[in-house]
Amino acid sequence: MAPRARLERDLHPGAWWLWSLGMATAASRTTNPLLLVLTVAVVAFVVSARRGESPWSKGFGAYLIVGLVIIGVRIVFRMVFDGQQGRHVLFSLPEISLPEAAAGIRIGGAVSLEGVLAALYDGLRLATLLICLGAANVLANPKRLLKSVPSALFEVGVAVTVALTVAPQLVESARRVTRARRLRGDVGRRTHWFRQVVVPIMTDALDRSLLLAAAMDSRGYGRTAGVSRSSRVVTGVLMLTGLTGICVGTYGLLDTTTPRTLGLPMLVVGVVVSACGLAASGSRIKRTRYRPDHWRLPEVGVALSGVVVAAVLYLAASVDPENLNPSLQPLRWPTLPLLAGFGVLLGLAPALIAPPPAAEATP
Amino acid sequence: MIHFDHVTVTYPDADAPTIRDVNLRIPEGELCLVTGHTGVGKSTLLGTINGLVPHFTGGHLQGVVRVDGRDTSTHPPRELADVVGVVSQDPLAGFVTDTVEEELAYGMEQLAIAPEVMRKRVEETLDLLGIAELRSRSLRTLSGGQQQRVAVGSVLTCHPRVLVLDEPTSALDPTAAEDVLAAVTRLVHDLGVTVIIAEHRLERVAQYADRAIHIHRDGTVVDGSPAEILEWSPVAPPVVRLGRIAGWSPVPLSVRDARRLAAPLRERLAGLDAAVAPVSAPAAPGDAAASNAAPAAVEASSVSVHYGKVTAVREIDLRLASGEIVALMGRNGSGKSSLMWALQGSGPRSGGTVMVTGADGVRVDPGSLSAGDARRHVGLVPQTPADLLYLATVAAECAQADRDATQPPGSCAALLARLVGEVDHATHPRDLSEGQRLALVLAIQLTATPATMLLDEPTRGLDYDAKAHLAEVLRELAAEGRAIMVSTHDVEFVATVANRVVVMAQGEIVADGPTAEVVVSSPTFAPQVAKVLAPQRWLTVDQVAAALAATVGP
Repeated sequence: MAPRARLERDLHPGAWWLWSLGMATAASRTTNPLLLVLTVAVVAFVVSARRGESPWSKGFGAYLIVGLVIIGVRIVFRMVFDGQQGRHVLFSLPEISLPEAAAGIRIGGAVSLEGVLAALYDGLRLATLLICLGAANVLANPKRLLKSVPSALFEVGVAVTVALTVAPQLVESARRVTRARRLRGDVGRRTHWFRQVVVPIMTDALDRSLLLAAAMDSRGYGRTAGVSRSSRVVTGVLMLTGLTGICVGTYGLLDTTTPRTLGLPMLVVGVVVSACGLAASGSRIKRTRYRPDHWRLPEVGVALSGVVVAAVLYLAASVDPENLNPSLQPLRWPTLPLLAGFGVLLGLAPALIAPPPAAEATP
Repeated sequence: MIHFDHVTVTYPDADAPTIRDVNLRIPEGELCLVTGHTGVGKSTLLGTINGLVPHFTGGHLQGVVRVDGRDTSTHPPRELADVVGVVSQDPLAGFVTDTVEEELAYGMEQLAIAPEVMRKRVEETLDLLGIAELRSRSLRTLSGGQQQRVAVGSVLTCHPRVLVLDEPTSALDPTAAEDVLAAVTRLVHDLGVTVIIAEHRLERVAQYADRAIHIHRDGTVVDGSPAEILEWSPVAPPVVRLGRIAGWSPVPLSVRDARRLAAPLRERLAGLDAAVAPVSAPAAPGDAAASNAAPAAVEASSVSVHYGKVTAVREIDLRLASGEIVALMGRNGSGKSSLMWALQGSGPRSGGTVMVTGADGVRVDPGSLSAGDARRHVGLVPQTPADLLYLATVAAECAQADRDATQPPGSCAALLARLVGEVDHATHPRDLSEGQRLALVLAIQLTATPATMLLDEPTRGLDYDAKAHLAEVLRELAAEGRAIMVSTHDVEFVATVANRVVVMAQGEIVADGPTAEVVVSSPTFAPQVAKVLAPQRWLTVDQVAAALAATVGP
């Protein structure tokens, strides 16, 4: 077959989110540092291969840095508060003796290799989760997802849009106001700082929010076009209950300590209820999408690769639990489990499946 | 198309209605100009057309507003979105999406227009407004004029029958304003859209209007043809005021009309010299030599300002003499603000030297001074004066200003009284009118007795009266020996107040000279009077009036 040039286009944001949620789910199942680093590498590779040139695409480095900070904070806290478990003592910190009432809490003292490693593994897992979600943010425009907010959640939609638009502008007005403050001359006095800076910024933000909300209103956002108030309330309640159900269900599914009933059943109930809500709000179409992102074969592939990675890690957890959570007592080198490692590598697929991102016209 | 029946709007906590007993019939396809002093309720009148007043703003609306047969009391703004398109003063504040193309489509998405139709309309609108090359640009990176055209386009895609524009050109430079207005008039002529437009600078729109609506200070409203209304209206563009003193009837609305009537006037003025006109001494040309002799308040040499890779100001040499008023002009983004901030010492300066002379006659670099000392040498009123205000009452702001400047209590209040007359000192600064707030900030900055005063776009949102008053204040300050620099897009204001004009482009000074020389020769910066009476060098109506009075009087 003759090679066919693929048209560049933006992938459906939902596909990227499903893929990154899959990667995050996979990462949440393991504390094996080799697997976690592999996951980060896979995610970073896909991001570098498929990110666009839009403003939100430039933030991946920031997520990596935040990840490192998380690991660092985790290790430091562990050293200071709970560093003693384990036989391999690295060094000792001066210990502060606490009164009887605070028995069980220790500050300072011996710091063991086991403690530090446990903190490192744990921090690494948290950082990987964050980086996976950050990747979705970098690959897909967060605002495009907002467009899918059903009209039943009109007020919520306005609030979120206003917040998302006004928040970056806050930075701008903060810069303007702090600069203007010099013009009044009293930079030195700390007591006025709060009032001088915060009051003008907040009034500015309030003004902008009102203007934006008014503009959205006059441009027809949330038109009901004859839908009765009661039916809007019904869909609103359905949607919110459904979303809560999905959140609780996901939490139950990911956290192994919660009762089984909170997991899958709750998730299923949530999905069903939200689907009802969506159907109710969509029963009369009141909005259309301009150049909508289509859900085509590459989207299916990208989403599927995420789901498969998560599934493989679930499978591996029951087949080979030992290697997914390497033992610290006794201390042992972590090894890369074959099945799980192969599973994570499947997450690379989007770098091939996804079409190249649409090029931004040069200004 | 639009019917007002005995409409009265009263806001909560207001003593009197903002607009009262308005009866209007605006037929389809008219371009309708709303005039009146600042704060008389122009925005309120515009807001009632799509129901933002009272649905969004609150307040009580008596009477009936009907747009295309729909009563706004039963239709909130979103249900009128397919009939009425609204463009606000600050387009950036109303943008919901990130890119031009998405913004154009946003309204249509809400109206559930079929995707194929949307695609077609976006392309058509891009061409109609001449913004096709901007389609995938981020909205924040556009210039002011481009943003305003995108804002117009974003409501046009919904094919509204009525377009409401609230001061669409107030933040724009003359050329960008022309672009926007050209786009709007094209819509009226080609598509038959009904346009309601509020604008302070009538010289820009009066000539295009089919009807004028004037709102009196008590909230009552008169409407008629623009020539009828402007014949007596207290707010009138210079060309109309020239027509009044020359006794032309009906008054001309455009430079072209006026020029055709102006031949006899030019003959009468031929022997007279603008310089001898007694009233507006500062606007008189020919004292450039005098200003060179005056001591320098600010001397800048090869000043540069960089932001990252962008050079905002490029090696500028500038000298401001005590007692002169300099107008700083140039399109949006040409580096005017950056230059002012660098001269004041609070803004960044990447290269060059600035020396300012204080009240004590010592020359210092303001950048090396503490903020408190810098403002005793050079005062700056920034583009958004409200940034400097943070206290709850005018009295508290004034007291704080006295303390900051270590002046006796009451100094700032006295200055404020001199600038705008009596202001209720218990008012919150945010409740002041645009002109009063500007005066308050100016008073606060003057309390520190700077020898140089810089004002960044002070004329935004001011009506003719307020601008005339500001001009008077600036002349007084200059007469006291201060050097004044004003950046503005308002050529008519420049003509009345400035002795010297500096024009910037791409961070460099491209013209610097006496007002008459710089503005008369430029097609964009020439005031209307200059265009009407060219090749004679008259700048303002007051000059002409004074010259005529001098010939007739004795």
